[in-house]
Amino acid sequence: MQVNRRQFFKICSAGLGGSSIAMLGYSPTAALAEVRDYKLARATETRNMCPYCSVSCGVLAYSIGDKSKNAKAEIIHMEGDPDNPVNRGTLCPKGAGLLDMVHSPNRLKYPEVREAGSNEWKRISWDEAITRITKHMKADRDANFIEKNAEGTTVNRWNTFGFLASSAAANEPGYLTSKVLRGLGVVALDTQARI
Amino acid sequence: MALQSLDIKQRSATTTPAPSVRQTTEVAKLIDVSACIGCKACQAACMEWNDIRDEVGINTGVYDNPVDLTAKSWTVMRFAEVEEGGRLQWLIRKDGCMHCADPGCLKACPAPGAIVQYANGVVDFHQENCIGCGYCVTGCPFNVPRISKDDGKAYKCSLCSDRVAVGQAPACAKACPTGAIQYGSKSDMKDYAAKRIADLNERGFAKAGLYDPAGVGGTHVMYVLHHADRPQLYNGLPADPGISPLVSLWKGFAKPLASLAIGAVALGSLFHYVMKGPNEVSKDMEKEVEKETEQ
Repeated sequence: MQVNRRQFFKICSAGLGGSSIAMLGYSPTAALAEVRDYKLARATETRNMCPYCSVSCGVLAYSIGDKSKNAKAEIIHMEGDPDNPVNRGTLCPKGAGLLDMVHSPNRLKYPEVREAGSNEWKRISWDEAITRITKHMKADRDANFIEKNAEGTTVNRWNTFGFLASSAAANEPGYLTSKVLRGLGVVALDTQARI
Repeated sequence: MALQSLDIKQRSATTTPAPSVRQTTEVAKLIDVSACIGCKACQAACMEWNDIRDEVGINTGVYDNPVDLTAKSWTVMRFAEVEEGGRLQWLIRKDGCMHCADPGCLKACPAPGAIVQYANGVVDFHQENCIGCGYCVTGCPFNVPRISKDDGKAYKCSLCSDRVAVGQAPACAKACPTGAIQYGSKSDMKDYAAKRIADLNERGFAKAGLYDPAGVGGTHVMYVLHHADRPQLYNGLPADPGISPLVSLWKGFAKPLASLAIGAVALGSLFHYVMKGPNEVSKDMEKEVEKETEQ
């Protein structure tokens, strides 16, 4: 296409004029609604409890995937559980930021042991950890259990052992904790509710 | 077709009318400043829901953290220490978008569809249409929008339009452990505010009142203030906010005038072309000019 000087100016001015008018709002753009998608539409909702303090607020954890075999779950959002009578959906700033605790690189995800004299933490299996703790408990109880006091009264005390239970537990788990530990003779039984 | 709960009421730089037959419930957030303890659960919940993580700031000697709203912090608690009559008052205000009924940002915005107002009252930014000119920042009577350094686009509180659209409360309102942030229909929020104000009046705050400024047509984020007669105490909350006259000067006067001028120039050129035609130089004239230049 041949364009002489005059035609070139015409094209330029027409283009400039047209785009100016469009820029000034004369191009009729349709008033289409655009809605941001609700990011939890088909996420899996799981009830849980905030682990921070003894108030133990109920939380809802939302994860991607529908728990089907090949979909790997990953928590994408957490918020207060409106059905929990403790917090009725509200959360404190720490609870509101739980998602970042879940994904924190510093979070402890498995049992670790630091052997006596060592300065390194070593990963062990849950089975190993529970067996080890049980053996320690048994050895300590066998060595220090007090069946009778000086007057000969049966007391069944295990004074060299203490247990820090969960304050987030409801009545039933709380009953079980108490039953098991008192059964062993534990006197120093407390929860983090005092912290 | 959009969700009915998010029918568009106004759209920036758009002249075609929006669908306006359906009447959806007007929603509002009520911030009861007298019940706020400044815990910042709202800030944490906002970041969490909206998937934004601001940079860790520095301590400037006050509790404000971050110090100001940013493109990644859509709400901040502002702590004001006011000493009056030998008493220290710690006035804590949750700052963020007020979701004005007459939004200055939307009026000033030249990018079609970058700012929309839904029929329920929420004013939302659509970053994909934003050209980053910053006119919304100038147009806002509350100095709320912020331009991101990452993508050059404007960001602010969306009143969790995505949550509100499906019937949920905004993340901040849901999290608030003291109930200082309430969410519901605008009329319900006004009723609740009236109860709170009556309570505050009884407790010695005679000037307690609702902050729902008429200068911007009312807002969809309202405050209950103990000193409603002096909102400036709360870190400079404007007493009578309004859209800057420059916005109306530009949009209401300069823009139509400029459009008219462009139209007049186009029409004038056409008339000139029809009546006078192109400016052609005759052979005689050319010879004459050549002669003159030779001399």
